[in-house]
Formats: sequence, C-alpha cells, structure tokens
Amino acid sequence: MKEEIIIAGFGGQGVLSMGKILAYSGIMQDQEVTWMPSYGPEMRGGTANVTVILSDDRISSPIVHEFDTAIILNQQSLDKFEAAVKSGGLLLYDPNGITAPPTRTDVSIFTVAATEEAAKMGNAKVFNMLVLGAFLKAKPIVQLENVVKGLQKSLPERAHHLIPMNEQAILRGMEIVERRASA
Amino acid sequence: MSELRLMKGNEVVAEAAIRCGCDAYFGYPITPQSEVMETLMELQPWETSGMVVLQAESETASINMVYGAASAGKRVMTSSSSPGISLMAEGLSYLAGAELPCLVVDVSRGGPGLGTIQPSQADYFMATKGGGHGDFHLIVLAPASVQEMHDFVFLAFDLAFKYRNPAMILADGVIGQMMEKVQLHAPLPRRTDEEIARSSGSWAVTGKRNRRRNIITSVELDPAVHEKFNQKLQAKYAAIREQEVRYEELLCSDAEYLIAAYGISARIGQKAVELLRAEGVKAGLFRPITLFPFPAKEIAARAAQLKGILCVELSAGQMVEDVRLSVGNRLPVAHFGRNGGVIHSPSEVVEAMKKMIND
Repeated sequence: MKEEIIIAGFGGQGVLSMGKILAYSGIMQDQEVTWMPSYGPEMRGGTANVTVILSDDRISSPIVHEFDTAIILNQQSLDKFEAAVKSGGLLLYDPNGITAPPTRTDVSIFTVAATEEAAKMGNAKVFNMLVLGAFLKAKPIVQLENVVKGLQKSLPERAHHLIPMNEQAILRGMEIVERRASA
Repeated sequence: MSELRLMKGNEVVAEAAIRCGCDAYFGYPITPQSEVMETLMELQPWETSGMVVLQAESETASINMVYGAASAGKRVMTSSSSPGISLMAEGLSYLAGAELPCLVVDVSRGGPGLGTIQPSQADYFMATKGGGHGDFHLIVLAPASVQEMHDFVFLAFDLAFKYRNPAMILADGVIGQMMEKVQLHAPLPRRTDEEIARSSGSWAVTGKRNRRRNIITSVELDPAVHEKFNQKLQAKYAAIREQEVRYEELLCSDAEYLIAAYGISARIGQKAVELLRAEGVKAGLFRPITLFPFPAKEIAARAAQLKGILCVELSAGQMVEDVRLSVGNRLPVAHFGRNGGVIHSPSEVVEAMKKMIND
C-alpha cells in the first residue's frame, strides 16, 4: 500500500496538524511515512499545504507532483491542485467558499461541509478532524484506533483531555461526507 | 533502549545533540533551520545534562564561541543556513588550522546573497572545497533522511574527534523541514572533565596541572615550520580519504545508467530510478554519503559497466565536477538540476535522463 496525499488550505485551518496526525496514525500501523510542508513567509490566512505519504515500503521521494488524494480547503488550493490528482484518485473538498467547483470526471469527488458543521458544533478548532474523518470514510487507509493513538503521540500531554472531542469530530466527519455524483 | 518518533530533520538535530552528550550549542536563527535552536530551547538540556545552549549575537560570534569551547576539548556545535555559513567561513578556517573538532550543520537554502529561504544544494563547493582560506577540508556528511540527520550528529562528532577536524552536516531545506519517523538513540552522558583530560589532554586546554602546556593556535610565522604543518594536515586528509568514504548504491548491479545524487536529490533520484525501471531503462542510484571524502574510486569502479551518469543536484552543477574528475572521459556525465529554491520533480529527472540517453 502507498498513498500520496496533498492537504491544502489556509494557514490556521489545521492543515499541517491534520497531516501530522495522519502520519502518526501510519506509524502506529508500522508504515513508513513522510510529511513535507510548504514553508515560507507564511502566516494565518495565507495558503498552507503539506504532502503526506504513507507506505508499506521505504519511501523514495517525499516530493511528488501527482497525488492519489487531494484534500482541498479553499479555492486557491483547488485551482492549484485539481489537475495534480492522479486519474482514478480522490478529491475531497469543503464547499465553503468554493465558487468554481472541480470539473474533473476521472477522479472520485467527495465533499464535506466541515466549516458549517464546526460552526454548528460551536468549535472551529475541530474543523480539521471533521475533514480527516470524511477522508477516512472515503478512503479507510488507517484504522480509527490508530488515529486515536496518533492523536496521543502528536498532542502534548496537557492537551490529551481534548482527544475524545477530536475523536467525536472524526466520527461526525465520517457521517457527513458525501460522494458527489459523477458529472 | 530507543524511541520511535515523528520529527522534523531540524528538531532531530537538537534531540541527537543532547543524546550524544553534546556540551554546548551556539547559534543564530535563520530559516530553514531555526527549529534546531527552538527545539533546544524547548528541551532545556541545561536543566538535565548541563549542556549550554546560547543564542549568540551573530553567526560570526557563534563560530568563535565554538572555537573556544572546542579548544577545551568539549563537544560543541553550531547550525545555520547558507548565508550564515558564509559568515562563519573565517572561523571554519581557524578551526581547521587549529585542528579543533566540532560540528557545523548547514541546512542550505538558495543563494547567492540573501537568496531565498527555499531548499537548495548550491553550498557543495563551499562545504567540500574549503569554505574559507587556506588548504583545508571539512569532513562533510550529507543526510538523505530524518533518521540520517539523527545518526550523523553522532557520526560527525566521532569523526571530528578521531581526526581533530571540524565536521559538517550538509543538509537542505527539505531534509530540515520534513518529518519522518526516527529511532532515537538512548541518551549518552556528557564526558566528565577527567574523561576529557584523558582522551583529549594531549592537545586540549583542560587545565595544565602536571604536563607541558597545550597551545591552541593557527598562526606560525616560520614558513618552513608552517609547510610541515600543512603537510601534516594533508596527510590527515589523505587518511580520511582512505578510511572514511561512505556511500549507498541502489539497483546498481545491472545498471547501464546511473543517477548520482546526494541529500534530497537522492530521494527524488530514487523515485526517478523507479519510474525509469518501470519503462525498461536499467537505471541505478549512486548516493555519496560523505561529500568529503568523495567516493571517487567507488563511482569510478562502476564506470566500466555504464553508458552514462546523470548528476542531479539542486544547483547549476557542483558535485558533477567531482563525478567527472572521478570517471574521467570514459563515459558521458551530464548534470540536471533546478535551482534558486525550485525543487525538481521525479518526472523532470526522468526526462533529463532520457535526453541524456538520446543525445
């Protein structure tokens, strides 16, 4: 198994930490992982993206330009990465703020209204875990128990009381993800 | 014994420094390596092992603090990125001239000048051909993974003390910024003053007591004496060339075409080899791990079976000169590399290889 994933959105949406939790989940099931962020003079509200690779075998390049999965959280990132999804791959996006939805017909397209759901839940911070849940429903590459272990490893001890809330959000994301009918 | 973690290359340099019993770190922040000092400040090793961590007023100050601590036989290090290493050039020459062991980590970025904060491998010449005035070499290790960032901190200190020579880890912005899983070494204690006096007392300024005094200096005004000293340095570099070459070969046994690359370009090159093999091209990867000493004999030994070598670097072509010196005119040696902070994709490397094959 090898999965090459790009997660892209605004700084402050939890893009990098979602990638980190996903990578840790892979480690928990004995996989090789790489996590490569875009870095630069970036800030809250700017664009942020991270490439995460999970594989049963040694990973060659952490830098790839085509992806099995794109998790897209704003219009700029959709414009940038829609064409980079491999044919037959998966594109998951939050429709909030998307004015020009994806047009690819050779990839599976899923949506998750995570911004809206996080607002309903009254907790914007679980946004990225709703998205992660949606992704894992669409493509169950890591088991939920390993994600919880991943949360334990990637969060500092003082934040461990927040793990049940994050787990709830992952489960909720799994419920609200929708497969878009092919065009 | 050991511990499995997901960490950035920069973070792991800090962890490894503490775990290998490092006595002191002096540095000045610069992207893309600032996490080295940030992690040290978070871990506060002065509370546990007693390691000193100090943010100096500049890179020039950092490298001279390194000189001072190294003179006392301490395990001491600094880290920076390309423009910061340029500022340290004078200090590196003095350290080499005074035969002082230390570790310098360069997480390189695009130059020249202030350049860009994005990854680059354009510091190869600076790292391997001196990086300061005079006839000297650093021992240069090139990690291609986060695990090697960890392991090479231990290795660099071992080699630095074995040869009384500054060692450099030459990484790049990708290796510094990316996370991979890493097996951490169990912590080793710092050496006591008595242990330092025993192992380095023949040269270090450890407090005179009952021996002749040790003098740390790089000045010698008598040319005859200074020539002898230079010959001794060269003999040391010859021994390092003889004994410390490290490299990795992947899919080389039946290869007709070789990608020669180090650091992040070796990872990208490995993916290119996978793609080329899938298309029926017998490609292999040769990865120098030590850039000084360069694995010249080892790559030359492959030349007879090869039809061409493509040297892939995030630069306009620097290591390619050493590859050409190693294999001579026996076969075509080409270079491919994006630069200025742009990272080549595996498919671009595949295209460059096909172009070389067809030319």
